Amino acid sequence: METFTFADFVFILIAVVTVGGGLGVIFSRNIIHAALCLVVSFVGVAAVYFSLSAGFLGVIQIMVYVGAIAVLIIFAIMLVMERDVRKTNMFSRNWFNYVFGIPIIGCVIVSMLVALQKSHFPVSPPPAVDDGVGQLAELMLGDYVVPFEAAAILLLVAVIGAIIMAKGAETK
Amino acid sequence: MIGLTEYLILGTILFGIGLLGIVIKRHAIAILMSVELMLNAVNINFIAIHRFVASSLGTGQLFAVFVIVVAAAEVAVGLALIIAMYKKRKSVKLDDFDLLKL
Repeated sequence: METFTFADFVFILIAVVTVGGGLGVIFSRNIIHAALCLVVSFVGVAAVYFSLSAGFLGVIQIMVYVGAIAVLIIFAIMLVMERDVRKTNMFSRNWFNYVFGIPIIGCVIVSMLVALQKSHFPVSPPPAVDDGVGQLAELMLGDYVVPFEAAAILLLVAVIGAIIMAKGAETK
Repeated sequence: MIGLTEYLILGTILFGIGLLGIVIKRHAIAILMSVELMLNAVNINFIAIHRFVASSLGTGQLFAVFVIVVAAAEVAVGLALIIAMYKKRKSVKLDDFDLLKL
């Protein structure tokens, strides 16, 4: 019989918050509430990163997702707001989605869980105290410098394209 | 004792929630939020594998950073597209986005 430690309790708490936020995104009828549930889920994922001793990734998650992406989504919701906000996040009326979509999703998830139970990972004992930021920096400016620069260019192009698409290009 | 499998199960559940949202929602921004949930689930898997299996390599954290970058770009472009479509159609329901239909 394995003992139930404090770390297990913390993991279960984090998992419940994360999954609850995710369910709130789907099942809340007001889309503003859905966006706030999404923020809760993002914070839960950041807590998962912290519990996996990836503190740098956790801070990035809070800065990028909770700070930037959530605010962007809420602003976009405000810009496309309808009159009755209480029924903005409704389910699809298309019966085709339910008849074919839900069984396929069930098959995908069940097969993933079964594969997870059957597969064997070569688990190695985790290192002492090292969040790997120096390692990350060496990889980014060493072996993976080309993907790093490509990601930078991708972000630049995406932001400029977003401005042009949302504002409308000047045609002369 | 919490090990690798529990983290991967959490990632799978979050991925399933995102997939369900994509299929059963009508609002375009709700679908974009579901895609964000799926990307977060993938990131949990990357970090968990990095921590428990290959922590000496460091590529798990690196790819998680790349996923976050691509997610940010995707949200910016997706929201701009939704706003542009809203200007044209006065609607954010995906059923109304049928400009290419005959």
